[in-house]
Amino acid sequence: MTSNQRLQAILITGRTIDQGVGKEKGKTSKEYFDGVAICHIDPADLKKLGVKGNVNVQISTIYGSVIVKAVESPRAPHPGIVYMPYGPWANAVSDPDTDSIGMPSLKGINAEIEPIGDKPVLSLSELLKSQFGKEPYALH
Amino acid sequence: MPYIESVTCPVCGCLCDDIRLRIEAGKIVEVKNGCAMCESKFLGYCGEHRLSKPLLRKNGELVEVSLNEAVKKAAEILTEANYPLLYGWSSTSCEATRVGLELAEEVGGVIDNTSTVCHGPSVLSVQDIGIPSCTLGQVRHRADLVIYWGCDPWSAHPRHIERYTSFSEGRFEKSEWKGYLSKTKALIVKKKIEKALKRVFARQAPSLSPSVRREPPPTLFKQGRKMIVVDVRRTRSAETADYFIQVEPNKDYELLEALRLLVRDEELEVEEVAGIPVAYLEEVADLMIRCNFGALFFGLGLTMSRGKMRNIDAALSLVRDLNTRTKFTIMPMRGHFNVSGADTVFTWQTGYPYAVDFSLCYPRYNPGETSAVDVLLRGETDASLIVASDPVSNFPRKAAEHLVKNPLIVIDPHMNATAQMGDVVIPSALVGVEVEGTAYRMDHVPLPLKKVVEPPEGLISDEEILRKILSEVRKIKTGKTEES
Repeated sequence: MTSNQRLQAILITGRTIDQGVGKEKGKTSKEYFDGVAICHIDPADLKKLGVKGNVNVQISTIYGSVIVKAVESPRAPHPGIVYMPYGPWANAVSDPDTDSIGMPSLKGINAEIEPIGDKPVLSLSELLKSQFGKEPYALH
Repeated sequence: MPYIESVTCPVCGCLCDDIRLRIEAGKIVEVKNGCAMCESKFLGYCGEHRLSKPLLRKNGELVEVSLNEAVKKAAEILTEANYPLLYGWSSTSCEATRVGLELAEEVGGVIDNTSTVCHGPSVLSVQDIGIPSCTLGQVRHRADLVIYWGCDPWSAHPRHIERYTSFSEGRFEKSEWKGYLSKTKALIVKKKIEKALKRVFARQAPSLSPSVRREPPPTLFKQGRKMIVVDVRRTRSAETADYFIQVEPNKDYELLEALRLLVRDEELEVEEVAGIPVAYLEEVADLMIRCNFGALFFGLGLTMSRGKMRNIDAALSLVRDLNTRTKFTIMPMRGHFNVSGADTVFTWQTGYPYAVDFSLCYPRYNPGETSAVDVLLRGETDASLIVASDPVSNFPRKAAEHLVKNPLIVIDPHMNATAQMGDVVIPSALVGVEVEGTAYRMDHVPLPLKKVVEPPEGLISDEEILRKILSEVRKIKTGKTEES
């Protein structure tokens, strides 16, 4: 299901218990991928985008763009806020500016969300290859 | 059937030390008392994602090599580099960090720990303002008002509420667990009724805003422990709380300063602050003043959003103001199990808690200049050593790009994005499971990490690997001096 609707939102990155369990299981595990290559969108915003949950969306900021799976937020209502668990997918679009104190701006980033149809979410190795152009260690 | 009691869990800053493990044939088969993350670590630490052999990048590909070859290559890279970055340290023992600092001084690099992208702003703010804090034991026994601001312990520190705050059975304050259970049961019944009504009036859309404008409920003024959560989203912790304040994104500073004014009996000439009606805030301020022992815990919702260290300034100042009226304490919710330990060891070795630069042969500290993300963004480093951390995943892409572009040495028990991109990858034994060590809890209480099983053959601790690299670096440097 595709739509031409775009959503202007504020991107917040943070922790979820699935991300925590996934990272302890292994950063290259399926549990970690399922836990972090996603974003939580408010049901009202999903409606605006003309999609239901569990579809792939592209998140774009002025720092980059990434495709992740959109799921209906279990922590709604938070209209206008899109939530992503910490991880390489979130950091593809996060704000590196440290305001001269060392801390990048990982919460409250202006972002645009757009349904992307059948385009897939890149696996960890594919994402690393596409971002850094260096051959990642081949996972078995 | 051998059980090991009182094991310290090496996952988050709670450092729960009541974990019970059952070991069979040298493997952990059962975990008692732990949270989901603790179980995932103790039961899954030796899965397919475990590194078993050192790897070296040859012709663009990572291939297996001996430990000696990997250590020699790592030492060569660090000795040849002009300005190497040594980063990580929060998920290893204090003993390993101590050797890491010695190595940083030897190679004249910049050494930083994960505080830099976590509670770095809190550290800066504490240095400016000071921190009225206490141990978690004090909170467990005495706190009758607990505030979680910009943090979600249910997800990031799953046993924090149960062990140290509202659901713990203290000497002077009782657990609110039973009250929470009956509240949850009532909520389930309410949801069932709502669903049934929805089925009857099929097209009626559910109301979306009640929680945003919710006034303080009467239960907030009951006897016993109270819990308030301030966050931009209705997190799991928010659902547990007696009162949830949904602050607008990037408006925490305004809200904290408004509360400071109210605590000092000043009047606010606005209707609402950060989306919260001032009348509600007056009740919250009143509750804060009237409590006997308050504890404010804050997370990355304050350190990462607009204002950063200034948000923490406001939070610390609010608690300072509150201490003129009652007893109030404040504590950052530290994430990694030994990030407090990394700060502590950095401080007693160099005088500074993180972002320490040894390029002038003496320690210099200027976050914003000597912090990991900044030296990477400016493209200044020419090699990196990463210990027990995954900055390729956790740094903004632009910073990670420079890290990956230059020689990258990784010491970690597991394969992760950074190890996948590494040039030298050295697997280590897992501290707190396969080797002993010391870690500091978020309230700066040091706890011993136990060895409960033998490490896989050939794997040694982070500390031993770092000692080998350090001695190799010294050998190369002595050789060079003798040559010249």
